[in-house]
Amino acid sequence: MTISREDVLRVAELAHLELTAEEIELYRGQLDEILDYISKLQQLDVTHVEPMTQMSFGSAEPAASSSASPHEAETDLREDTLRPCNIADAVLEQAPDAAKPFFRVPKVIER
Amino acid sequence: MSAATGWTVASTQAALRAKKVSAREIATEFYAKIERRNPGINAYLTLSRERAFAQADRVDVATACGEKLGPLAGVPIAVKDVISTAGVRTTCGSKILETYVPPYTATAVARLEKAGAVILGKTNCDEFAMGSSNENSAYGPVRNPVAMDRVPGGSSGGSAAAVAAGLAVAALGTDTGGSIRQPGACCGVPAMMPTYGRVSRYGLIAFASSLDRIGPLAANVADTAAIMSVIAGHDENDATSAAVPSPDYTMEIEQSIQGLRVGVPEEYFGDGIDSQVKEKVLAGIALLEKLGCRRVSLKMPHTEYAIATYYIIATAEASSNLARYDGVRYGLRVPGATLIDMYRNTRERGFGAEVKRRLMLGTYALSSGYYDAYYLRAQKVRALIARDFSEAFQKVDAIVTPTAPTPAFQLGEKTSDPLQMYLADIYTVTGSLAGIPGISVPCGTTKEKLPVGLQILGPHFSEARVLQLARAFEKAGGFVI
Repeated sequence: MTISREDVLRVAELAHLELTAEEIELYRGQLDEILDYISKLQQLDVTHVEPMTQMSFGSAEPAASSSASPHEAETDLREDTLRPCNIADAVLEQAPDAAKPFFRVPKVIER
Repeated sequence: MSAATGWTVASTQAALRAKKVSAREIATEFYAKIERRNPGINAYLTLSRERAFAQADRVDVATACGEKLGPLAGVPIAVKDVISTAGVRTTCGSKILETYVPPYTATAVARLEKAGAVILGKTNCDEFAMGSSNENSAYGPVRNPVAMDRVPGGSSGGSAAAVAAGLAVAALGTDTGGSIRQPGACCGVPAMMPTYGRVSRYGLIAFASSLDRIGPLAANVADTAAIMSVIAGHDENDATSAAVPSPDYTMEIEQSIQGLRVGVPEEYFGDGIDSQVKEKVLAGIALLEKLGCRRVSLKMPHTEYAIATYYIIATAEASSNLARYDGVRYGLRVPGATLIDMYRNTRERGFGAEVKRRLMLGTYALSSGYYDAYYLRAQKVRALIARDFSEAFQKVDAIVTPTAPTPAFQLGEKTSDPLQMYLADIYTVTGSLAGIPGISVPCGTTKEKLPVGLQILGPHFSEARVLQLARAFEKAGGFVI
């Protein structure tokens, strides 16, 4: 695995990071080393393995010692009802530049 | 027992109820000590005196009126600075949130305060909880109160140091790949990562959402259990919070551990472990056997892939979660000619080196053409690691391992080599990936007097049993073995 300077620049652009010249070189070397280490995952045969995308677990109790495998717990979503919110002022108070009820940013549309 | 102050949850409750001391006096005592010692240790980033004394006064009024006090009445607690506190600055150890004051309070903190706890302030940590030494904080490293030239571990280094130095009776930390347990081990205090979903993440500023958990660090197991009892439980504000009833752990911890099967995976004692750490942890396991546990040797073949898996999943999730810091809605803004320039200038100035490194890695792993090779493959290996655990828990009731391969290292020792730093989490990331609970408890010290940590892992939602083992170990002298 070799990470090129162009790879670093492409990823930095995707991540909205403006890197200095020194950072580009530093990260190129370090990412190379880390990705080389990570490449050990390629050794494993995962052809028939389902990816673990679900982080909901059922209770291990009462049969605690025998039912530890993760499985989808019952969905427990709250009722979809309207509730008072009124947080705009508190939220805008933290904005670097607000023009109530908006956040102000550099112009994005040229006419 | 907190050697540093003498205050525990139990002793504060007894003293307050007997009216030997007021909550205000306790808080005053802690702030005086923080003033003396924090400049050297750098455990706290922000003190919340006004909020703390208002709460202490509420407890004192309740005492005077003969009202029933909450289970943590007047207990001084520190909160890691990635957990939101309305009206109290929350920086995540980052310049990008240097002036950020959250408009709401995390559920875990709200529950502590409802139980009467006094929040003293916010503790230092690696920037956005990314690190194993606390050296990635934008506000300077924390020093290990046990050995001031050493790191306290990370990322909850400030929380661990505050408890170890007696600058709080207990603290909340967060654990994504070991960030509660490893600093607990480095500073010599019990430190618990609950099951994923056991404690609400509402108000926890996200690093890696499928891994992040809030949990306690405390001076003893009873205090750990007392805090767990308060913060655990379902919360409708966190969709991943589990609707599984949580017991009063305080009532459970004294139960016998006689006959429990304790698994010892050989992969956790191989290359890279410090010989003194190995010796102490094996002595700890022998003590558990002496207490009536049955030792079972285990093989967990995917352990060696855990660090690689973790650093793909955690950085990928971080690259998505940290996209929100763009200078638009809160935190730092560095102006730019265009919107994109503003984003890039803000993030370049606001993020530190490790955060940028991880955002680069995570973005790379998710980028077009690499997703299957990295992120998808890591999710599959994660399933294999979780399966190692579920198979092990068919044979054993708990698994015991070292918490970290070495004791606390020197400040600056690993900062130039990110991969070496990542390997400090080699024994903790496995439990993180599997979503199971674990605790690190002190297990003696090395010849240099540096604390060693023993990790106890259990099946999902088995916190009570994990705490029982920890308590029996503590009672039998395991902490000073």
